[in-house]
Amino acid sequence: MTNPISDITNEAELMLLIGSNPTEAHPVIGYKMRQAARNGAKLVVCDPRHIDLVDEADHWIRQNHGTDIPLINGLMHIILKEGLEDKKFVEERTENFEELKAIVENYPPEKVSEMTGVPVDDLYAVARLYATTDKAMIFYTLGITEHICGTRNVMSLANLAMLTGHLGRPGTGVCPIRGQNNVQGACDMGALPNVYSGYQAVTSDEARAKHEDAWGRPLPGNLGLKIPEMFDAAVEGKLKAMYILGENPVLSDPNANHIKAGLENLEFLVVQELFLTETAVFADVILPGSSFAEKDGTFTNTERRVQRVREAIKPLAGKADWKIICDISGLMGYPMDYDSPKEIWDEMASLSPSLAGINYARIDEKGLQWPCPTLDHPGTPFLHAGKFTRGLGLFQPSDHIPPGEMPDEDYPYLLCTGRILQHYNVTTMYSPGIMEVWNKEIAEVNPVDAEKIGLQTGSRIKVTSRRGEVETEIQVTDRVLPGVIWMSFHYPDTPTNDITSHHLDPITGTGEYKVAAVKISKL
Amino acid sequence: MNLIKLIIDGREVEAPAGSTILEAADNAGIDIPRLCHDPELTNMGACRLCVVEVEGNALLPASCVTPVTEGMVVQTESAAVIEARKMILDLMIADHPMDCLTCDKMGDCKLSEYAHRYGVKDTSFDGERHNYPLDESNPFILRDLNKCILCGACVRACEEMTGADNLSYLYRGYDRKATTAGDVDYIDSDCVFCGQCVAVCPTGALMEKPLVGLARRYEVERVRTTCPFCGTGCNFDLAVKDEKVVGVLSNPDSPVNGRSLCVKGRFGWDYIYSEERLKTPLIKKNGKFEPASWEEAYDLIASKLGAIKDKHGSEAFASLSSARCTNEENYLMQKFTRAVMGTNNVDHCART
Repeated sequence: MTNPISDITNEAELMLLIGSNPTEAHPVIGYKMRQAARNGAKLVVCDPRHIDLVDEADHWIRQNHGTDIPLINGLMHIILKEGLEDKKFVEERTENFEELKAIVENYPPEKVSEMTGVPVDDLYAVARLYATTDKAMIFYTLGITEHICGTRNVMSLANLAMLTGHLGRPGTGVCPIRGQNNVQGACDMGALPNVYSGYQAVTSDEARAKHEDAWGRPLPGNLGLKIPEMFDAAVEGKLKAMYILGENPVLSDPNANHIKAGLENLEFLVVQELFLTETAVFADVILPGSSFAEKDGTFTNTERRVQRVREAIKPLAGKADWKIICDISGLMGYPMDYDSPKEIWDEMASLSPSLAGINYARIDEKGLQWPCPTLDHPGTPFLHAGKFTRGLGLFQPSDHIPPGEMPDEDYPYLLCTGRILQHYNVTTMYSPGIMEVWNKEIAEVNPVDAEKIGLQTGSRIKVTSRRGEVETEIQVTDRVLPGVIWMSFHYPDTPTNDITSHHLDPITGTGEYKVAAVKISKL
Repeated sequence: MNLIKLIIDGREVEAPAGSTILEAADNAGIDIPRLCHDPELTNMGACRLCVVEVEGNALLPASCVTPVTEGMVVQTESAAVIEARKMILDLMIADHPMDCLTCDKMGDCKLSEYAHRYGVKDTSFDGERHNYPLDESNPFILRDLNKCILCGACVRACEEMTGADNLSYLYRGYDRKATTAGDVDYIDSDCVFCGQCVAVCPTGALMEKPLVGLARRYEVERVRTTCPFCGTGCNFDLAVKDEKVVGVLSNPDSPVNGRSLCVKGRFGWDYIYSEERLKTPLIKKNGKFEPASWEEAYDLIASKLGAIKDKHGSEAFASLSSARCTNEENYLMQKFTRAVMGTNNVDHCART
């Protein structure tokens, strides 16, 4: 997030929420948004599904699935036509404005309304409201990124914020709410094929030399494989061995059958896990991992706040996860001698300029938000004050990119997936309390379709895509649009990702979990 | 900021204009008892336990809803105040089970704390007592309305912290209840099980069910940590007894969330002790997993990874690190992949 969570209740005059269902996926943030809306902040919800926060919203933009770029371009079109852009910000802090102007010129309200299903009047109202509100924040989540055009969706939102000067100040910004407890931190730590910790490129000679010096080993300068490429390489037989730490791609990655084929094809697979997961069953060796209660270290949240994780009990299986990696490394001739996670942090911080000012003593009470380059730096609650990282903010406009597959005669329904409040990806299945109450998939089907197929709440259906089929119970609800079925992906008995799309965002490799074509039959 | 000068218990204190007597006293380190007041919730003035004596005022105003004025002279523990508080407590326990010996909230119950402070042992009002059935409808929250003192903190937490609007007052007089719409069990209501109501309840009316019968609050060690579920970064305390996690308790010092949590953070932690947890390394032999020692597993991994690297080169290896693991573990995983295996093939589920 460019801005802190506290801005929601302390600063924002307008929240524009798009492709995000925080009261379920990030509940405490959702609760804060509800508080802010009730205390007078304006709320715009852009979502084809009737999420809870729609009930608090001043405007509900119910765009068709996969039409975010036309929607955002349409808003910018109106803003430019009415002269509501922040001319000073555009002039002083951005570049490539002419290209933006040329592209959004082609998205007049009537055309956008036809593409998105959003009434013209609503487009005008929201464009004017966002442009003319001083402190307006944009929030997005996977409804924006899990599309074939996810990166372009995000850039479009950045365009909208830059066009109106809604960046670099309290109560503004473009805020992706990160999904996992430490997905921010895993990126920050360089668990990515292109960067070391602190986003230092592996292709940079300088960064590589620094790490070779610190680690005492020659390091590769080519980009590594992204997850989808790894499984492609495994299927092709080029990748022979994998070490998977605390991830369950079989259940959580799209097009699970392809993932399974890749894992099956490996010569050797190590999985370090809490449970015998759908992925772990493919392993040659499984190492028992530790839960958060058994861990010492840090997580970094969605607002870049590094916070302590403290060991409440000893690792139940006897060894801490960090120690296991050190042990294996030592056996392979590269000793990693750390006394504690604190020492690991300190080594990382010494190599990472944006994190160099953070240590355990400083974050003990309240954490610290990076960038924090020096020990006397107070941390950075909001980014891009006065200047962007690259200097000028680059407008990167885009035309509409339709989803990789859309409903057709053979597969007439659109499947959209997401999270529900009570479950968290693939961990909460192991919570006896939660599973006592919420233990099965309940897909959402619109009443119009339910009548057509002859379904009632409680009916069971088979959902089939070009990649597989799953069975599920349903509820009939107008939370979803006609022609749409909505499912979560939490339950092993209904492994929804067996049927999700195989299409990826070509830039990030993110799967298009939000749109797949399926057919439905009553069981 | 406009500061108001007043005198509390003979001490001159200053407080910002618009603050209440209770807030002014809190800032001065003077402890006025309160049951319905909560710093994160709107003031209600329902329990009256925070009454004080204000010079020139014939009544005893509730300090939580009375603003300070210039030159105000306040007594927080005068004879009249103490008499009033004793009477209020006497009336409260007239319809409160005196089963403190077995009550799980004992030691963390504001009602018992104040009954002790003012020496109210038993009630002088002998009348009807409620006998509500326990709401044991769900695995998370145990609701015993017999212990409810109608302070309304749960109603306000539900509305103001979470915005679920699931709780309200129903009925009148002796039958008044803080309960769900239609007075149904939590499980049959619109409850989202965030447990904010439990976090603010001053008595044993709302309890974290997993803790019931296991540990009283003073018996547990509290270890502050960060939630393992979504990316919000809520903090809470793990309650630990005999080297076992027995529950999650809100910690008001949490920078992101204060005391607010969601159903997963507050109640989903029990996966820690799932019977399906792996307890030893496992090695697949003839298609079946068999328990192995750490040494055996380590040796196999080191030799296999080493051999594959030697035979097929570094690019034949890839690792998946974890958005669920700590920063330190992620740092080590990418260091292992790069420095030991010699490849940049490391990724995690940020993109999936």
